[in-house]
Amino acid sequence: MAERSFVEEVKKLRLTEGELFRGEGILAVTKALLESGVSYVAGYQGAPISHLMDVLADAQDILAEQGIRFENSASEATAAATLAASVNYPLRGAVTFKATVGTNVASDALANLASGGVTGGALIIVGEDYGEGSSIMQERSHAFAMKSQIWLLDPRPNLPSIVDAVKKGFELSEASHTPVMLQLRIRACHVHGQFVAGANRRADFTLKDALENPQRDVSRIVLPPASFVHEQEKVKERWPAAVRFIEAHKLNEFFSEDADDIGIIVQGGSYNTLLRALERLGLADVYGRTQVPLYVMNVAYPLVDNEVLRFCMGKRAVLVVEEGQPNFVEQNLATILRQAGSPTVLHGKDMLPVAGEYTAAELLKGARAFGERYGRLQPLPVPAPVRKVIPLKEVAQIGVDNAPEPALPLDENVHARPPGFCTGCPERPIFSAMKLVESELGPHHVSADIGCHLFSILPPFNIGNTTMGYGLGGAGAAALNAPAGKRAISMMGDGGFWHNGLTSGIANAVFNQSDNLTIVVDNNYTSATGGQDILSSKAHNPTRSTGHAIERAVRGVGVQWVRTMRRTYDVAGMRDMIKEALTTRQKGPKVLIAQSECMLNKQRREKPLVRKAIAEGKRVVRDKFGVDEDTCTGDHSCIRLSGCPSLSIKTNPDPLRTDPVATVLESCVGCGNCGDVSHAAVLCPSFYKAEIVSNPTGWDRFRQRVRAGVIGWLQRGEAKRRAAYAF
Amino acid sequence: MSGTQPIKIAILAMGGEGGGVLADWIVDMGEANGYVAQTTSVPGVAQRTGATIYYVELYPEAQAEADGGRPVLALMPLPGDVDVVLASELMEAGRAVQRGLVTADRTTLIASTHRVYSIAEKSALGDGRVDSAELLAHAEKAAKRFVRFDMAQAAAASGSVISAVLFGALAGAGVLPFSRAQFEATIERGGVGVKPSLRAFGAAFARTQGAGEDEKPLPAPAAAPQPRHPAVRALVERVQREFAPALHPVLFEGVRRLIDYQDLDYAGLYLDRMATIAALPADEAHRLQLETARHLALWMSYEDTARVAALKTRASRFDRVRGEAGVEEGQLLAINEYMHPRLQEICETLPGGVGRWLLNAGAPRRLVERLTRKGRVIRTSSLHGYLLLRMVAAARRWRRSTTRYAEENGRIEQWLERIRSTAINHPELAAELAQCQRLVKGYSDTHARGLRNYDTLMAAFQRAGARMAPATLRELRDAALADEQGTRLRELLVRHALT
Repeated sequence: MAERSFVEEVKKLRLTEGELFRGEGILAVTKALLESGVSYVAGYQGAPISHLMDVLADAQDILAEQGIRFENSASEATAAATLAASVNYPLRGAVTFKATVGTNVASDALANLASGGVTGGALIIVGEDYGEGSSIMQERSHAFAMKSQIWLLDPRPNLPSIVDAVKKGFELSEASHTPVMLQLRIRACHVHGQFVAGANRRADFTLKDALENPQRDVSRIVLPPASFVHEQEKVKERWPAAVRFIEAHKLNEFFSEDADDIGIIVQGGSYNTLLRALERLGLADVYGRTQVPLYVMNVAYPLVDNEVLRFCMGKRAVLVVEEGQPNFVEQNLATILRQAGSPTVLHGKDMLPVAGEYTAAELLKGARAFGERYGRLQPLPVPAPVRKVIPLKEVAQIGVDNAPEPALPLDENVHARPPGFCTGCPERPIFSAMKLVESELGPHHVSADIGCHLFSILPPFNIGNTTMGYGLGGAGAAALNAPAGKRAISMMGDGGFWHNGLTSGIANAVFNQSDNLTIVVDNNYTSATGGQDILSSKAHNPTRSTGHAIERAVRGVGVQWVRTMRRTYDVAGMRDMIKEALTTRQKGPKVLIAQSECMLNKQRREKPLVRKAIAEGKRVVRDKFGVDEDTCTGDHSCIRLSGCPSLSIKTNPDPLRTDPVATVLESCVGCGNCGDVSHAAVLCPSFYKAEIVSNPTGWDRFRQRVRAGVIGWLQRGEAKRRAAYAF
Repeated sequence: MSGTQPIKIAILAMGGEGGGVLADWIVDMGEANGYVAQTTSVPGVAQRTGATIYYVELYPEAQAEADGGRPVLALMPLPGDVDVVLASELMEAGRAVQRGLVTADRTTLIASTHRVYSIAEKSALGDGRVDSAELLAHAEKAAKRFVRFDMAQAAAASGSVISAVLFGALAGAGVLPFSRAQFEATIERGGVGVKPSLRAFGAAFARTQGAGEDEKPLPAPAAAPQPRHPAVRALVERVQREFAPALHPVLFEGVRRLIDYQDLDYAGLYLDRMATIAALPADEAHRLQLETARHLALWMSYEDTARVAALKTRASRFDRVRGEAGVEEGQLLAINEYMHPRLQEICETLPGGVGRWLLNAGAPRRLVERLTRKGRVIRTSSLHGYLLLRMVAAARRWRRSTTRYAEENGRIEQWLERIRSTAINHPELAAELAQCQRLVKGYSDTHARGLRNYDTLMAAFQRAGARMAPATLRELRDAALADEQGTRLRELLVRHALT
């Protein structure tokens, strides 16, 4: 069950010719796929295209109506290889994953696909996780497009342009027998906008046709001598075909081409931000009517030499706006201009940052530098030096064109808010237990993986030494396997395990006779990508096969020492099991499977059921933890061993104490971690668990009356004695 | 060229706070009322408790038609170019100021004044909180207009969420070209939790339109104590007679605490000890005396099992739990305590002789150790659990005979003696010394760590003697609270050549 349900949004996928679609960018892409007549879609979830997968999962009835096969691929490599169906048959297919990590995984299949070329349109939709909020290394998909020769689309971030890019992408792919990559930046995926829908289209040639009439063409298979032919074909046939198509269909756009003798070349994805910068500088209006000629490259690769030369003709200088590094486009432009003997001066990373996201503020600065250099803008007056008085806070000079720099003193008061485990997360107690083991056995080398569990590297746990990629936690500790007083610990999520960790980590450890410990976090979903089902999910999923235990797979590849902890909230139990794995004399890899359902998903599923049960008058017990403010002394050890968002602090109500006391917020889901940690770590007696019984039975009420009678009588006596001394 | 500008709105929120809902409401309101609306965000891992920004732009449709164009709307805010900033929490408002999104020429900042503490603030060994007044001052100075109140409280009061309160404050601030009815119609179109949302919206709207922003009631002057018990009256009168008025509130509190903790005599001992401190040279603010009075009361009421049991079984505590757990009419409540008494704590609770015997005995000691290896959950709301804890609380009677009492009193006397001898020549240093009690707190390992740090500081103090600057002692104290492993403290001791 995915984190977000798209059942409502999916209705928009049924819109037909002329109706207005309103919604998110990624949903518009889905609609565009339906309008393009795809026969199959596959992918692997991950920000920012998780929603695309979730929408498709919720739209299976519509897909079935259109005869579309939809796969939740095991990995991005699987997804990319799925495109093989378009090699021999006129089948349109699309796959999607997160870039650049997904592209890395998929690159083997992508390279083979690109070498042989395609018959049906093959579209690879990559969610570019670059810039603010990104959780991965900062690289560009552009390099993959160049090395395998896949055409790369980077459309302007508005819904009509994005939808058009999907449709034209298929046509371009077919016209040039080359797969096409559509790059969508994170903000474009989530942008809300409108476009006029078209009718959904059913493919003429179906998967059934392909299966029943298999076709074979040895020249499309990557094996010598065909592979050498492919290389020639790429540059002699497919590339020129693509360029012809791009030119003929005007995929790239020119604005106010001849308005001035300077101009800006910008990738489609950065168009809106650049336009805002120009508008603020008085060089454009809010509708995009610009005084500075613009060449908008909705196709980021390949460059169209003719268009570049046409744009630069008669211009003194052009500025290229190209986000990220290396500056592939800038280098390519330089070659084009140089070889044509063009006198146009080329600017790019000399006026814009070499690396880092091209934010509105950065583009404003770059465009201003360009405008000033060529006399289109007057330099900003240098502010007169003001005598420094010690201010409460320095407020920078105001003016949109002179964005205020953040004031320094505030930095100390505004803390980072790193992502952490959710309230009630079953992964928290695993790391609490590891902290306790650390205090007994000393620190160990921890090879971390990708997934929610990676938040352990942040405060308060500070556990984890390296992370090498999704599912590669086990592999990351492969070398650290020598006779020593300690064993290395590897982390792996269930998502990573099924993605490749079973082979790259576990099987590899068996084969190479590793002695290390791998902890597999089994929370029933690929939680970090939005809670999608996987093989080991417990949920019944009508269109997927679930319930395949990780333990069986691990034993299947030959691990002898396997333990499954069925309730991670048992901190002491977790601690003891990890200790055993780290100290046992038994040789060979140790695998500890830590099971408990992702709380985010569990709550989403159970909350409505509990509400319903209470409304129906059924007896329901709700747990909530709390801290006694008069016994808490404000040391916050409990917080350092948990980091739960619901475990916070508040001003100490005790007039004699100053340190804030711990407190449990309303959002507590009563997972029990607080209590177990305070037991296992022998913290303090301040934690209590309140059990609130809704719709109590008659027996409940009777017992309560007896208890309350006796306890109340004793409490009143005690209170009276104290009251005598009160003042 | 048209000079009309889009309306630019940034929303700063944390994952799960409904920032997305708020953005969607604004977009829906815009689209329903003749505006081209666009919103986007970078959710990513921010869903998992991180901070994130939602950005909305609105442009009048009629203007676009008149000008014959479609506006190109931006996907991220440009610092210095934002009309309205909505922040769901005070530090997030600070973040907006930090990022340059709030500027005095145009930005209306609408923020909740409540705090959701950062992990750095929460996990400090002492008090790591950022000063809200600082954040408020920054925001006030940066914004053209700063609309603020505790919106978490407002949300709770109307049984809704903070996004509805922010939406109401946005309407009330009157910075968008939409009427109250248009705002409310948007909530109704949303169709989820409409009634509570409208309630929260209305309250926030009224609050924002009203003149009063964040008026705090003046603290009521403390009433003169009215003891009824003659012996208590004697203690109160002694405070009034023998001590400077500035000390009275703290001393009253100390007396109150120690009668509750032990008995009248114990409170008398407290005043005896304080009398020797009151005789020391004092500055105008009586800082040394105040700090000693506070910390002495805390030390004398050190946390032991009997104290915890007494506090846990009170009627007032049962009521507090009832409130915190949100128990409603017709629901029943059970209270479970997580306790982990170990041999050490049991011996400390038993009468002196018995405790010492058990601590040194062979087989009985091992038996108790085995029985206490695991923590216990005690249900205080059951007869069995309640009576058990009352029995433990009764151990107060022989507290004076316990080994723990002897140890704590030895330390207290030593501490007081140090304060007294230091104060003669250096009252400021003595005041810092008094505050070192702050390190000794908590239970079991936490208590042991605190005590270790305290001993380290006292040893360093002993070594340096009166040559130690008050600031150095303060610095060492803060260092002891910087990390659990004592790393910072060790570094600092080396730097000051005090090892």
